[in-house]
Amino acid sequence: MKKPELLVTPTSVSHIDELAAAGADAVIIGEQRYGLRLAGEFSRNDVAAAVKAAHRHGMNVYVAMNAIFHNDKVDELGDYVAFLADVGADAIVFGDPAVLLTVRETAPHMKLHWSTETTATNWYACNYWGRKGAKRAVLARELNMDAILEIKAHAEVEIEVQVHGATCMYQSKRSLIGSYFEYQGKVMEVERKKYEKGMFLYDKERGNKYPIFEDENGTHIMSPNDLCIIDELGDMVEAGIDSFKIDGILHEPRYITEVTKLYRRAIDLCAADRKRYEREKDELLAAVEALQPPHRRIDTGFFFKETIY
Amino acid sequence: MLLKNDRISEIIDGKRVIVKKPELLAPAGNLEKLKIAVHYGADAVFIGGQEYSLRANADNFTIEEIREGVEFANRYGAKVYVTANIYAHNENIPGLDDYLRALEDAGVSGIIVADPLIIETARRVAPKLEVHLSTQQSLTNWKAVQFWKEEGLERVVLAREVGAEEIRQIKEKVDIEIEAFIHGAMCSAYSGRCVLSNHMTARDSNRGGCCQSCRWDYDLYQFSDDREIPLFAEGDAPFAMSAKDLNLIRAIPAMIELGVDSLKIEGRMKSIHYVATVVSVYRKVIDAYCADPDHFTIREEWVRELEKCANRETAPSFFNGFPDYTNHMYGTHSRKTTHEFAGLVLGYDPETGIATVQQRNHFRPGDEVEFFGPEIENFTQVIDTIWDEDGNELDAARHPLQIVKFKVKRPLFPYNMMRKEN
Repeated sequence: MKKPELLVTPTSVSHIDELAAAGADAVIIGEQRYGLRLAGEFSRNDVAAAVKAAHRHGMNVYVAMNAIFHNDKVDELGDYVAFLADVGADAIVFGDPAVLLTVRETAPHMKLHWSTETTATNWYACNYWGRKGAKRAVLARELNMDAILEIKAHAEVEIEVQVHGATCMYQSKRSLIGSYFEYQGKVMEVERKKYEKGMFLYDKERGNKYPIFEDENGTHIMSPNDLCIIDELGDMVEAGIDSFKIDGILHEPRYITEVTKLYRRAIDLCAADRKRYEREKDELLAAVEALQPPHRRIDTGFFFKETIY
Repeated sequence: MLLKNDRISEIIDGKRVIVKKPELLAPAGNLEKLKIAVHYGADAVFIGGQEYSLRANADNFTIEEIREGVEFANRYGAKVYVTANIYAHNENIPGLDDYLRALEDAGVSGIIVADPLIIETARRVAPKLEVHLSTQQSLTNWKAVQFWKEEGLERVVLAREVGAEEIRQIKEKVDIEIEAFIHGAMCSAYSGRCVLSNHMTARDSNRGGCCQSCRWDYDLYQFSDDREIPLFAEGDAPFAMSAKDLNLIRAIPAMIELGVDSLKIEGRMKSIHYVATVVSVYRKVIDAYCADPDHFTIREEWVRELEKCANRETAPSFFNGFPDYTNHMYGTHSRKTTHEFAGLVLGYDPETGIATVQQRNHFRPGDEVEFFGPEIENFTQVIDTIWDEDGNELDAARHPLQIVKFKVKRPLFPYNMMRKEN
């Protein structure tokens, strides 16, 4: 059986070797100037080095250009695309159609992955972006398993599904942490503190803690738990989902490596012998649980949840 | 369609006048609100049908009501647009063709959409419908606008994060109609990129289920050596993502000079009093500016008029630059309006000077009330004797929708409104 690609998020160039050894097939990297919510910050030099390192291991490198761009950056997109083509990146991840037009103009052979986090919600939209030039659609996290399988059944593009890690709940262009400090009169702290790590919003009613951070792209709020469906991969592997993504944002490199190893084992088992996977998957899940930091639990996201409207 | 290089103003008889007058686009949550919006001066209204629109909790229109709304609007030369701006899931695909055909058949001028599924389906099955790209797509740059222009769209609604200078650049580079928000509630997130509701209440924000989690209170902490350090002091207002409502009344001249094609008021869930008040103010601002832009000043009474129906603080958001903390609300997220809607004028007898009014909130003899409407200058008066329809004297107008009569000091017209201070 065809195995889905295991796509992971390195935190640095040196982390790529570890992830290759852990069994990753591909990595997604980039810098916040062009990409959203990355596990690590990769300068142009880092991207070039990362492509070399990954290709040495036979891994693909996808570079994030999925920010929501304003006019001020439109004119420099072409230069970045040309650079990525030049260093041999395997695909560009985009959400903004400005990137799609830029790639058509600058590097028409570059592969494109359509990824907007929240808006890839039906098979028609995936195929639409396919007709515009995307090779792959990255599905919204708010879909359940049935919807994902139905999209795959109708898809004319590759389908990528996030199977592990934090998901984004909210992105604002506003400086919300900085504004709150300003409002509190902590003017001196704003610039220093608003970019610090480890902040979270506590929701008393639900007892949830939502990680929050600010960067060049605005304010981001992340899911209170890490998505983990290491024990529910069977139907998606059988359906031929093309790529499983582990998003390691907010985690330490060692955690990402260890989780990658576990998903490597899960995918291999599932593709080779589904019955054995079904027998052993609870152990894999327990192994992930053992890796979780004390303040981050796991859940199954929207895979088995009904959403109303 | 207006072209980008269309002249915005011309000198006529030695005086500059605006020749490219933007459309004033108002929300209409139901048929009554549609009629009020059009009667009070909207050039176009946007409404939601029973499906595919983003306000699952609004009344929303049946196809028959849409047809009636279009007929009413057309009598005033106004247009009706229908929002179909959900991000559809697979399960929303069946029925879409029929729905779009029915909208076209009902005489709707255009649809406001975000999902390529709905864009392409409309092109295929209902080609007479104009297709406008919703703000849900969070369009923030000229090149993305160019993409949608090449896709054949007639108009795009820009992201609410786009400022005046960016609009100017977009208008210079792409020949497409631009619709921009001027008034009303705001997503504090990039529209379409927020799923707080999905996570917190299992309601899909991108299919109309938004529960406005951004207006709830949260406590901001920071982990430090695995301890949770509060980033607020005892008694501080909690953290929130709550954006003040947009109010661009002072920026209308700039919007007009930028050549923005449609000025949009948000608020399909708002009352007829809100719609009437906001539409009539912006109608006056646009008309006054276009008639004589070089001698125009904002009248403070217009600004105060908008305050009478505002239940949240307002701010200019991104229009003139990056919004600082004064654009956000902490602690309280809404307030009582300073005025409340007291009655809708049904008729007026010039012989007796007696008005017939439908009660919308309690009032009694001795109350000071204010009348407003497109045919009249605002005036206030103290209410004297109130009678019911049969001429019996009442101690108060107590019952919702009750028809009452009383003397007024100036002529009134049907659809004029009566409000009183809270």
